[in-house]
Amino acid sequence: MYNPTEATMTVQDTGAIKMTARNVNVFYGDKHAIKDVSIDVRADEVTAFIGPSGCGKSTFLRCLNRMNDTVASARVTGEMRLDGQDIYDRQMDVVQLRARVGMVFQKPNPFPKSIYENIAYGPRIHGLARSRAELDEIVATSLKKAGLWDEVKDRLNDSGTALSGGQQQRLCIARAIAVNPEVILMDEPCSALDPIATAKIEELIEELRGRYAIVIVTHNMQQAARVSQKTAFFHLGDLVEYGPTSEIFTNPKKEKTKDYITGRYG
Amino acid sequence: MATTHTVKSFDDDLRQLRSYISQMGGLAEAQIMGAIEALASRNPEMAMRIVTGDRAIDHLEMEAERHIIQTIARRQPLADDLREVISALKIAALIERIGDYAKNIAKRATALAQVSPIQPVVIVPEMGKLVARMVKDVLDAYASRDAELARTVWSRDKHVDDFYASLFRALLTYMMENPQQITPSTHVLFIAKNLERIGDHATNIAEIVHFNVTGEYMEPDRPKGDETAFSVHGMESDED
Ligand SMILES: Nc1ncnc2c1ncn2[C@@H]1O[C@H](COP(=O)(O)OP(=O)(O)OP(=O)(O)O)[C@@H](O)[C@H]1O
Ligand SMILES: [Mg+2]
Repeated sequence: MYNPTEATMTVQDTGAIKMTARNVNVFYGDKHAIKDVSIDVRADEVTAFIGPSGCGKSTFLRCLNRMNDTVASARVTGEMRLDGQDIYDRQMDVVQLRARVGMVFQKPNPFPKSIYENIAYGPRIHGLARSRAELDEIVATSLKKAGLWDEVKDRLNDSGTALSGGQQQRLCIARAIAVNPEVILMDEPCSALDPIATAKIEELIEELRGRYAIVIVTHNMQQAARVSQKTAFFHLGDLVEYGPTSEIFTNPKKEKTKDYITGRYG
Repeated sequence: MATTHTVKSFDDDLRQLRSYISQMGGLAEAQIMGAIEALASRNPEMAMRIVTGDRAIDHLEMEAERHIIQTIARRQPLADDLREVISALKIAALIERIGDYAKNIAKRATALAQVSPIQPVVIVPEMGKLVARMVKDVLDAYASRDAELARTVWSRDKHVDDFYASLFRALLTYMMENPQQITPSTHVLFIAKNLERIGDHATNIAEIVHFNVTGEYMEPDRPKGDETAFSVHGMESDED
């Protein structure tokens, strides 16, 4: 017999998990930076990683699109999947993976090229546009989605580096969006921005939620509380607590989490 | 709350906030006892002191609220700190209300001192002590972060409700037998009702203390004893 509730539940439950990590360990030489971490990242949510400096947030985030491959001393074990597909499989095309799982860094890092070229570069090398008109369209929609279009539409040929810090960061988000990613990783995207520029990025994250799975590393507790639905607390390479953001910031289960988010750490 | 904050002045803010609540609670308890004492001893001067004494609680509540708003603005508290600050805000408001009830009892004690004593009033001090004790204990539970003590206070509210119900019936009988005493009897009835309301507020504080300490809501199956509530409804005037 057809049971719509059950059917939807199943679809939701399997469909909503975008990435899974199982027993992931990361070593830099002898340094054990991530210890047996397992986590699910949902497609329709913003997931925040919090924790003291050096606890491994960036390290773990970089595992999610294999950015650690570029670090010679780094060794990753365990299992990471994107839509059920093992991303550390030899068959996996890393360039393709990084298009599907985009990244925005702490310091805005636009290419020293025009605003237009900053966005067009990715779609061009991934062959996403068949004509100049299509490429124009991608550039425009990406900038619109990143909330930057109105500010730059008349100066697309200006250098990306001539923008303000907040605009540069939104440019980098537009650049990530341009290649149609499924997941966007952000490593402290607001740490170099003033409160207004920060608010714009947070507003943008809220806008993008649902369209992309978003994982954000932040040192700002209030920011994590504001933008995310799930929060993961890391400490010395361990995933100490992972759960609904509403719980973590009002009633954390672990003493370590509580001490950290209430400012009692160390 | 064993460890301290990296920013030490945050700890000072939280200590100050708890101190406001303790002071308010101490005053409220004394106000209840004083009002009952003034009633029992038929002492209008004492009753007037209680009436004016309520201002101190109102004043403290204002200061506590100002301090709490400042703390939220400056510290943006989270987790148990957040619960702590919100709990204090709610408890301060409840203690302020308890103060109002005590003041109302004192006002009625003044009126009762002007007329000849009526018999049912002798049961009131007993109920008053029960309620003042609840207030004291729930504030001890707050001060010592004792969720279990909060729970026992919470369960004691049933006794207060029972007390009120039997006092209500006694007064009704008394009024029927002594129609010329309706006015003083009504005062006594409202005094009992005020005490019953104080019990309810102490119970609410107990729930807040429980949430503050454990982060969990107390399950809402409190035994309800006051079935006279509806029969009294409509006769309830101000509490102030
Ligand atoms: N390339 C590297 N080589 C060696 N050790 C590294 C390397 N990158 C990071 N580490 C070490 O791994 C641990 C985790 O670093 P990571 O950068 O992931 O921390 P983090 O939580 O992102 O800190 P922060 O909040 O300061 O950015 C740290 O002890 C760090 O020193
Ligand atoms: Mg980092």
